Amino acid sequence: MRAFEYASPATKDQAVQLLGKAWDDAAPLAGGTDLLALMKDDIFSPKRLVNIKELKELRGIVAGPRQLRIGALTTIQELADHPQVRQRYPAIAHAAEEIAGPQIRNMGTIGGNLCQRPRCWYYRAGFGLLPKDEAGESLVPSGDNRYHAILGNGGPAYFVSPSSLAPVLIALGSTVRLYGPEGKRDLALEKFFRIPQSDADREHDLRSNEIVTDIIVPAATGLKTAFYEIRQKEAMDWPLALAAVALRVEAGKVSSARVLMGHVAPIPWRSEEAEQALIGKAISEEAAQSAADAAVSKATSLGRNRYKIQLARVAVKRAILQAGRGGVR
Amino acid sequence: MADYKWPEAEKRTHLGKSISRIDGADKVSGRAKYTYDINRPGMLYGKVVRSKYARAKIVSIDTSAAEKMAGVKAVHVIIEPGSEIRWAGEEIVAVAAVDEPTAEDAARAIKIKYEKLAHNVIDTDPKAVGDNARPPSEQTVGDADKAFKEAEVTVEGFYGLTSITHCCLESHGSITEWEGDKNLLVHISTQAVSQIAGQLAGPLETPAGNIRVKQDHIGGGFGSKFGPDRWDITGARLSKKAGGKPVKIMLERDAELMVAGMRPPAYARVKLGAMKDGRVVAWESESWSSGGLGGGGSPPIPYVFVVPNQKRKHTAIATNVGSARAWRAPAHPQACLITMGALEDLAAKLNMDPYDLFLKNIDLTGARADVYREEMKIAADLIGWKAKWHPRGDKNAGPVKRGLGLSIHTWGGGGHASDCDITIQPDGSVEVKMGTQDLGVGTRTALRIVAADTFAIPLDSVNVLIGDNRYPASGGSGGSTTIGGISASTRRGSLDALDALFAKVAPSLGAQPADLEAFQGTIRVKSDPSKSVTWKQACAKIGATPITVRGKNPGPGTLTSSGVGGVQMADVSVDVETGIVKINKIVAVQDCGLVVNKKLAESQCYGALIMGVAYSLYEEKVMDVKTGRMLNPNMEFYKLAGIADIGELVVHMMTGKGYDERGVIGLGEPPVVSPGAVISNAVANAIGVRVPTLPLTPDRVLEALEKKGGTNNASI
Amino acid sequence: MSDDEKVKEKGSGLSRRTFLKASGISLSVPLVMGHRVVKVAGAPVKVFGPGKVPVSLLINGKKYQATVEPRVTLLEALRHELDLTGAKRVCDRGTCGACTVIVDGKLVYSCSMLAIEGEGKAITTVEGLMQGDRLHPLQQAFIDNDAQQCGFCTPGFVVACKAFLDKNPNPTAEEINKGLGGNLCRCGTYVGVRAAVAQAAKGRRGGRRNG
Repeated sequence: MRAFEYASPATKDQAVQLLGKAWDDAAPLAGGTDLLALMKDDIFSPKRLVNIKELKELRGIVAGPRQLRIGALTTIQELADHPQVRQRYPAIAHAAEEIAGPQIRNMGTIGGNLCQRPRCWYYRAGFGLLPKDEAGESLVPSGDNRYHAILGNGGPAYFVSPSSLAPVLIALGSTVRLYGPEGKRDLALEKFFRIPQSDADREHDLRSNEIVTDIIVPAATGLKTAFYEIRQKEAMDWPLALAAVALRVEAGKVSSARVLMGHVAPIPWRSEEAEQALIGKAISEEAAQSAADAAVSKATSLGRNRYKIQLARVAVKRAILQAGRGGVR
Repeated sequence: MADYKWPEAEKRTHLGKSISRIDGADKVSGRAKYTYDINRPGMLYGKVVRSKYARAKIVSIDTSAAEKMAGVKAVHVIIEPGSEIRWAGEEIVAVAAVDEPTAEDAARAIKIKYEKLAHNVIDTDPKAVGDNARPPSEQTVGDADKAFKEAEVTVEGFYGLTSITHCCLESHGSITEWEGDKNLLVHISTQAVSQIAGQLAGPLETPAGNIRVKQDHIGGGFGSKFGPDRWDITGARLSKKAGGKPVKIMLERDAELMVAGMRPPAYARVKLGAMKDGRVVAWESESWSSGGLGGGGSPPIPYVFVVPNQKRKHTAIATNVGSARAWRAPAHPQACLITMGALEDLAAKLNMDPYDLFLKNIDLTGARADVYREEMKIAADLIGWKAKWHPRGDKNAGPVKRGLGLSIHTWGGGGHASDCDITIQPDGSVEVKMGTQDLGVGTRTALRIVAADTFAIPLDSVNVLIGDNRYPASGGSGGSTTIGGISASTRRGSLDALDALFAKVAPSLGAQPADLEAFQGTIRVKSDPSKSVTWKQACAKIGATPITVRGKNPGPGTLTSSGVGGVQMADVSVDVETGIVKINKIVAVQDCGLVVNKKLAESQCYGALIMGVAYSLYEEKVMDVKTGRMLNPNMEFYKLAGIADIGELVVHMMTGKGYDERGVIGLGEPPVVSPGAVISNAVANAIGVRVPTLPLTPDRVLEALEKKGGTNNASI
Repeated sequence: MSDDEKVKEKGSGLSRRTFLKASGISLSVPLVMGHRVVKVAGAPVKVFGPGKVPVSLLINGKKYQATVEPRVTLLEALRHELDLTGAKRVCDRGTCGACTVIVDGKLVYSCSMLAIEGEGKAITTVEGLMQGDRLHPLQQAFIDNDAQQCGFCTPGFVVACKAFLDKNPNPTAEEINKGLGGNLCRCGTYVGVRAAVAQAAKGRRGGRRNG
């Protein structure tokens, strides 16, 4: 790790003042589980860390009748354990408890989960977020892309969005609240993620002197939700594909649907094809299958990741069926 | 002269019982000091600059900025400009500084210019690597062509295991310091305490006798920590440049995975010829492997079953990858999967229960056929083979399919050369001193058990001193040779020491030394047990000078021998929609001659099964073809099994008559041989098709399922 | 050379001026004891480093002082500065659990947290579980069930099991598997760990206070 200076402000105004105009100037430190790893790997070397963990205004979960407000510093474990989250948003709690292991869930925050950087092994080896060889050619399509994107993978970005919480939060129509020197900025969480087109871009709509302060999730009354994650190991393993669905069923038929996939694209991937396939149908094995097929109808293999198309399909199908049964896995 | 044999079962006080490890309290409390934990006064931290390229010529090295940095005490160029880099991660320059951050800054400040050269990291296909594939070697046994013609059925298959790494939790490394110009003190993480000095002597131009080597505890070796490594020698050079200050170089995790461990891959196309009743008559194989630049030898196939007619062809592939190191049971897991996989595929083709097919051919295993028969029966009972086994392909509805697999294996494990000093003090305390090491298998505990059992005294009367090359030399801990060697030398030395004690005590008991025995804390006359003295009273007769006796292995009497057999069976579930394999249960039935400590012997087997689950399902050293770099030099994508991934494990040790008489035989390697084969076979039984290559990751399982019905010719 | 550049600190390669340029915040108080105070959004904030700063840590009920750069992790401070080497550095990236400690009652990876962040928090390491010379019943259970081989992962596992049992005093086999997912072992001691946790839980139910 390269040297940096460290400040621990008491207010979010101080925090954003202490952040810089360029990414390398300063970085906010919350859970630190990803940030410190990036710094140890010399992928990212901010000159200052701004510890935002002491900002009480970024803490806490408030479950109101119309919305759930989750402070950005809420740890993954707090989210998983919160009685009202478990009761009213079981898919969120479920997604949270599937993450990593107990230590990471105790340290990692929801803000960090959304802002963590991709796990692409070329990126982590220092070849860049849009990894290239010395001739400027992307390393991923010709390289080992077993964990890379099957959707939104036309280039130059091939990594997968690492957040396991984003898909379920987007399925529920969440908003992310950002704070910077000019004040707060609310953004549909779906819009927070973007596919970088050049080395100057990032995968988040976030400025270097902004922090995430809250996630706001609308009431999920009447929604059938589910989260289904496919990973090889039981714990401490990144998902190979996951799906989150939020369905409204009226008179036995799906009247509205949100189908999201994670770890399949550079952003949490919303499949309008799958949503359309479900609307107007009763939730059944056949409906789930055709929606799952639709969800991956535009997926393509980069060479070594064709199996992920199947995994994404299965995740979507199983999530829909689970939602139909009215519960989480 | 003593009768050099192990006591009869009824006379054992500690031997063969379940005894907790004597250093357990140190380990659970954090008090146990590993090499990584040693902090020496004035210690400097060393960091190594490693090559980013798999093959390159070094054009220039500029260390000037690093040398000027405050806190930097020494810089050492390991590979001079003009030389060639052979693999990514190879050591080029090292620095030593007052603290770790400074050492990192200094390492980062070193500028190296390279001229990139073509490299090869592909080990999966000899046709894809040009000259890097060496000319194949061919061997024949009997007349394979004729035997295939006569065979009533043939089956062909492809089996492979990717390269994996050792991933010792304590990385490789050492703390080296010069005491004056002449004497070197080395704390090092090693499997060979007594062998290190001799290997450092040459490169450091220092007499081995001036090199002191110490290690209390080691955090895993698995075959990768026998010699001093280049970074250890570099540490000593940095220390010299820094006026003798201790220099600590412990590898970072990425280096540990890139360069400090590698189990060679193996791939083979196999054709088996058999009769309709299951008798195997012919074997043909075309295999390839790589161990880095030196290529890679053939695994010993066909394994355990000596097929009467064989035709084998093997190709070694040279790769620009950190060299292979012995990985727990070298070459056996590879040979086992290739052979047991082919036999299971044959059974499937014949529509036979592989249990019956294995039994049909069991005499091909030679001298241990009866051991395997007995073990197969026990294993089958423990897993419920007869009730649960079904022909290939679970016909139950639903995506989760269940299957059973079996495999057998062998290993040598005879004791290595070992010396020890056994001392009986006049106060009755006993010391065992030996230049050995405890890899976590319980070496300390075994020494205490053997000595205390021989003297018939309580375990805590024996003090064990190991981990120092000033103690009598004992072999390196590899190939399951330690327990046989150290228990045999300790037994011999203890018996001799006891004889010496008998000579001192005999007059006071009015008996001849040969008439005495040690029994439950006393020395007594065999023919008249009423004539006895306590151990303490007996030792008081020694006089001022303690009794010290050198125990040796090899030596008279059969205290250790070689050759064990083991049988394993696995029960797995496979989700055929996701390709994810879960372990339900694995049973290991293992013979290792006379068991010294049942509890720790069982631990070895459990550990081997768990390591086996990891290499069967998760572990893979992923090399990037284009950049030549390892893509997963971390524990996030170089995956080990976790506590929830291993299913239920059952271990059964073969003990008693027929086993004990063979003496003590090593156990580290054998149980780690079969897991790959049993899990692969169980998966094939569950899903109806062979997944050719380990690890059995979802991509490979799904690909095999897709090809089901076609030939088993899947890509790697 | 300006004063700013003169206070350039060892090893960082960065001057204060470079740091300050990043934010446009003016220096209000000169360097004092490793930190300086800057006025941000109307109130003072302490800025530490990039050079060494004093850090005081409360570990196992005892106060320790160390002087480290902000970039030093809690794990490194424990091991290098305080010779508390029970927590191990293995993956150093928050995956393996060998560095596990308890901070303010929560199980964390000490490799993934800075030493300076540990200020003012109660830290428990494996060294703090013994009561004098007496092993914690959980530690005894590790020995009884041979939940260790080389022992390098063991301290992290012991701490993880302690925190797990504090939260789940009566765990099922499935809860044990799930609750200990953040620690990896290479020798393969999980069967022993499961048994040790079960034994320690049973001991607690037997009415013994385990602390």
